[in-house]
Amino acid sequence: MEPERPDENGDGQQSQGLKRGGAAGVVARARAQGLALKERAEAEAKTYKDPQQTQLWKSIFRVSHDRSDPRNRSLAILSNVFLHLHPAKINRDATRYSFTWGMGGITFYLFIVLTFTGILLMFYYHPTKVQAFRDILYLEHDVPFGKLLRNMHRWAAHLMIITTWLHMFRVVLTGSYKRPREFNWCVGVVLLVLTLLLSFTGYLLPDDQLGFWAVTVGTNMARATPGFGSEGPFGPQLGMTPFNDVRFGLLGGSIVDANALLRSYIWHCIGIPVVASLFMAVHFWRIRKDGGISGPAPVMLESEMKAAKK
Amino acid sequence: MAMAIERPRSNRWLLWLVGSLAVVGVLALMVEDWGQLWKISSAPDNVPIVGMIPLVIFFTWLGLKQSKENDQLVETLEEDPALAKTHHRKTHPWRPGWAREIHVWPYLVRVEFLAAIIVTVILFAWSILLNAPLEEPANPNLTMNPSKAPWYFLGLQEMLVYFDPWIAGVVMPGLLVVGLMVFPYVDSNPLGNGYYSWRQRRFAVSMFMWGFFMWIILIIIGTFIRGPGWIWFWPGQTWDHNAVVFDRNRDLHEIIALYGLPFLNTSPFKEIFGALVVGFIFVAGGLFFHWLMLRRGLERSDFKSFRAFWNWASRSGEFEKKLLERTSILQYLTFQFFAISVLWLFPVKLILRLAFTIKYIWVTPWFNV
Ligand code: HEM
Repeated sequence: MEPERPDENGDGQQSQGLKRGGAAGVVARARAQGLALKERAEAEAKTYKDPQQTQLWKSIFRVSHDRSDPRNRSLAILSNVFLHLHPAKINRDATRYSFTWGMGGITFYLFIVLTFTGILLMFYYHPTKVQAFRDILYLEHDVPFGKLLRNMHRWAAHLMIITTWLHMFRVVLTGSYKRPREFNWCVGVVLLVLTLLLSFTGYLLPDDQLGFWAVTVGTNMARATPGFGSEGPFGPQLGMTPFNDVRFGLLGGSIVDANALLRSYIWHCIGIPVVASLFMAVHFWRIRKDGGISGPAPVMLESEMKAAKK
Repeated sequence: MAMAIERPRSNRWLLWLVGSLAVVGVLALMVEDWGQLWKISSAPDNVPIVGMIPLVIFFTWLGLKQSKENDQLVETLEEDPALAKTHHRKTHPWRPGWAREIHVWPYLVRVEFLAAIIVTVILFAWSILLNAPLEEPANPNLTMNPSKAPWYFLGLQEMLVYFDPWIAGVVMPGLLVVGLMVFPYVDSNPLGNGYYSWRQRRFAVSMFMWGFFMWIILIIIGTFIRGPGWIWFWPGQTWDHNAVVFDRNRDLHEIIALYGLPFLNTSPFKEIFGALVVGFIFVAGGLFFHWLMLRRGLERSDFKSFRAFWNWASRSGEFEKKLLERTSILQYLTFQFFAISVLWLFPVKLILRLAFTIKYIWVTPWFNV
């Protein structure tokens, strides 16, 4: 990115002046060089007025975003790691909120919000019986914006469950689970379960009465697992006791206590988010591979329904 | 809109408004204890449910409205094959020469950006206005009464009333998840892929809604109705911690035995009787779903006379028959299995329990249903 030098051919004249010699010559030379440098700097500065033309900018963004010719619009999507989940072009009606309700996207956005606020919360929280409850009090009363942080994490989690359900509902109403998207629907069902489990494992972490009893009620059901629970059908016959059944495995003990808190924490902060991220990656990948969003597609007519293939 | 849909102006909305207000008014008069109602609805963790109810209603309306518009388009095109050949087949505006596809940058990205901003603003407002709950420190010696699962699992907890824990807590959730996964594989209808439609997918959509709304109703019951001791308190009734329900719940065979059949109380008649009744309920469910999937859509004229209604109820729809033909035996049986065990058994047990105070229908030494 060489700025032009307007005085390129002035060099010859300067060297002539130099021959005249003397102190005046030196001053004149210095002045001429100074002027040339100034002009050069001005010319260069002009090129910085458009940051998008700088080497730094181009190295980061690779393509220009200011011109809106089709090529650049496509490249804006394709050459960006975050945006390249999208195709370059989509069905002209698919951007309407009324079709997807934006629910899948909002669910994903909430997941990002939860990751962000969750990481911040982790700076203040210790998953131990001594500290957990106090950390929440500390967050609520002493940490700057701690209360807001905790509230946002809580409400985003609840909201994410609702938006996941609504997203699934939309997919049913538009028949978007049909061929070739059956498998992606199943990936979605797994995501639904993971979302619920994420929320559930987080419930215990404040170590208050609400979480304690909710998790007690929830894991008590695990006791009744056929074959694997100490109170489930065939459980006792297969040697299941409260000290070796699935509930024990979930809680790391026979009651909801320190180990349960730690296990909850690890599942909540590491285990399930990692698995959920993997499934989301597959989910988004499959949307593309299945031909993008299913609609709004042109309606088919009953009279056009082909006879079933045998 | 390319296909302007002319609808006669009507004052029906006024009727709806007055009607709904009247219902709300009557319900409000029945509330004995506003404080209790407020206490439940404003408990921070219950606010999401209170918010979810209007959201579900709104999106159901939004989906069905678009279905109806598409259905009308389908009807017009079915009647006019020439138009069907040239029409762009959407209710959205369209002019020849318009590109069918548009650039994601900026047309989609800006929508996503806007959505993210709106959600962020909502979250901030919500988090500033309402604090997350924090109770006393966990105390295993002080049982919370009622002690409730988080609201999204209340459906399962409510099921504990009607089924053994291993069914309610393990088998039912398992069936729900697997049932959801097989949903696309048992729906053999090729129509309605990628657009809202009711007319072409009546049965599939209503089966999903049945399950979805049932789940939400269970959550509402679990949140607003179940009080201390998991006792049924109507919304607006005071949660009386000393309330005792005289459990009149009996098993079905015990009730029938009262009618001069005492041997039903003894093994093995007890078990055989229960198995027969459960078998009967399964068959009845199967027949019901079979009947339902073959019905064509109800029209206003079907209510004109009893005869017209009978005609609807007794004759299979042509389109529906074609759909059934496309369904393989495996698909059909899989659907029936999940429909009966998830969608059918549950309401049957709920009614038997709540209306007839029948606890179990099939009692065996190993499990009860
Ligand atoms: C963590 C949860 C989930 C996330 C983040 C997510 C995200 C998304 C996104 C961003 C889309 C693009 C279209 C849209 O926004 O509607 C999508 C589409 C889709 N999702 Fe999900 N989803 C989730 C859960 C589910 C669930 C529970 C189901 C079904 C049981 C599901 C099934 C599908 C299907 C079939 C599509 C394709 C729809 C079409 O082509 O029209 N997803 N998902």
